[in-house]
Amino acid sequence: MLTLAHFLTLGAVLFCIGVAGIFLNRKNVLILLMCIELMLLAVNMNFVAFSRFLDNYDGQVFVFFILTVAAAEAAIGLAILVVLFRNRGSIDVEDLADLKG
Amino acid sequence: MTIAELQLALPEIFVLSMTCVVLLADLFISDERRGLTHLLAVLTLVFATILTLRVMLPPGEVLVAFSGTFVRDRFGDVLKVFSYIILAGVYVYAKHYLRQFNLFKGEFYTLTLFALLGVMVMISAGNMITVYLGLELLALSTYALVALDRDSRYGSEAAMKYFILGSLASGMLLYGMSLIYGATGSLDLAAVSAALGDGVGDSMLLTFGLVFVVIGIAFKLGAVPFHMWVPDVYHGAPLAITLFISSVPKLAGLALAIRLLDNGLIGLHSDWQGMLVVLAALSLVLGNVIAIAQTNIKRMLAYSTISHMGFLLLGILAGTPEGYAAAMFYAIAYAITSAGAFAVVIMLSVDGREADQIEDYKGLARRNPWQAFLMLMILFSLAGIPVFLGFFAKWQVIAAALQAGFVGLSVLAVLAAVAGAFYYLRIVKLMYFDEPDQEAPISAPVDFRAVLTVNGLAVLGLGIFSGGLISLCVSAFS
Repeated sequence: MLTLAHFLTLGAVLFCIGVAGIFLNRKNVLILLMCIELMLLAVNMNFVAFSRFLDNYDGQVFVFFILTVAAAEAAIGLAILVVLFRNRGSIDVEDLADLKG
Repeated sequence: MTIAELQLALPEIFVLSMTCVVLLADLFISDERRGLTHLLAVLTLVFATILTLRVMLPPGEVLVAFSGTFVRDRFGDVLKVFSYIILAGVYVYAKHYLRQFNLFKGEFYTLTLFALLGVMVMISAGNMITVYLGLELLALSTYALVALDRDSRYGSEAAMKYFILGSLASGMLLYGMSLIYGATGSLDLAAVSAALGDGVGDSMLLTFGLVFVVIGIAFKLGAVPFHMWVPDVYHGAPLAITLFISSVPKLAGLALAIRLLDNGLIGLHSDWQGMLVVLAALSLVLGNVIAIAQTNIKRMLAYSTISHMGFLLLGILAGTPEGYAAAMFYAIAYAITSAGAFAVVIMLSVDGREADQIEDYKGLARRNPWQAFLMLMILFSLAGIPVFLGFFAKWQVIAAALQAGFVGLSVLAVLAAVAGAFYYLRIVKLMYFDEPDQEAPISAPVDFRAVLTVNGLAVLGLGIFSGGLISLCVSAFS
């Protein structure tokens, strides 16, 4: 029998993978976008699980909003990525080091 | 959804419709007549101000609409009116810059108006969904704005960094919201507050949720240790965008903190107070110390923003109406002053080069005495020198922190303000006592100079007659 704790653990693990990916990844900016998406999906998992176990539909409504916003966010992220590639010819995270101090 | 409910949200509906009008109208406006878009955007702000003031609520009255997702109160109305006024000033400053740097396009106006709508939604949020949607509308518009200059290496790098860290912050905030929803069973901030009052909810879930929410808020405000995006974004973005980011979104940050921490999570006040104390202390010290080492004025003002956010948190962490009023006064004072500071930087930027090095200010008093004097007043206000607006703002937040019993933190804040005065006064010294590298006088369009004069004098006038603004802020929380 699956309990709330199982879903929350899964959500927490996915969220941690997403956050760890952002901080550990030194190679490609695209992977950062994937990590952000994973974080948002982990949050959705939490909301759906709580909604199911609390028998309250608000959480599921929120999930629809998060999914929609995540799509818009991905569109803007990829647009910025295209601009970045045109200006630098590279999307390596290590190359994002002109601004510092 | 009734007509009365729609009327409450009339300013939002108006701004949304007008943004769409600006978006469409701009398609048919040729480059030479782009001024029309500018005019349309400014008119939008004027009418939004009228619409908001027309039904300005008396102190203490709170009206909710759309099943509690939208809250209209005096706090929100006052913040919105200041957002319109400051954004209108930003438009006048930005037009001069955008013309000179070949960025005078309709996108700037559409995106800033959408960002303003996000700010308004966040200010009026009564539900975690509304908080999130407003926040994202503001954030997504700002990411795109930072990359407005498509051919700039710095701009695209700053936009990417802002995007990644901003999304990370939204993710953290959402994760916290999901845990709070799980613990209290509601997304409505008033219901969350009521549930916490009744002692409902698993305390571990709540504590974890609160930590993530506070991290999200700290990221958005740019408080240490979640400040790493601030200097890079301020430095890399075009000046007009830096000007925008440093003004209106700060009011939104304050609204975000007050809506979530006060309206929703006041039951956990003793928990979040401790976290804010740490954030405030770190921001005050690190922001001011690192700013001293900067030679780029955009980066210097970015680190100064971080320290100012420390002061803002000082007001919020008291958790009393007086504290919130002080924080609100601080946010408004900071937004006005910071807009003026960036306007002077814009005015000095000529021939396609941003005047972002502090050496550019050498001998400014010789080249344009009035402008140097306005910059002097603005810098004095940022440093918190008496009779200027910034002094009373600092006074209020420190008084609120003292009242809440944080003597050590207040002493630290005063010391940080003294250390901060050094790098502001260094620019004053460069302006008044150094020889200019170039003699060319500085010119700007008449509307730019008029708004800058009003802005500079407001910093002085609102300081001398600060009672009115302070009582307005106090009435927002009574």
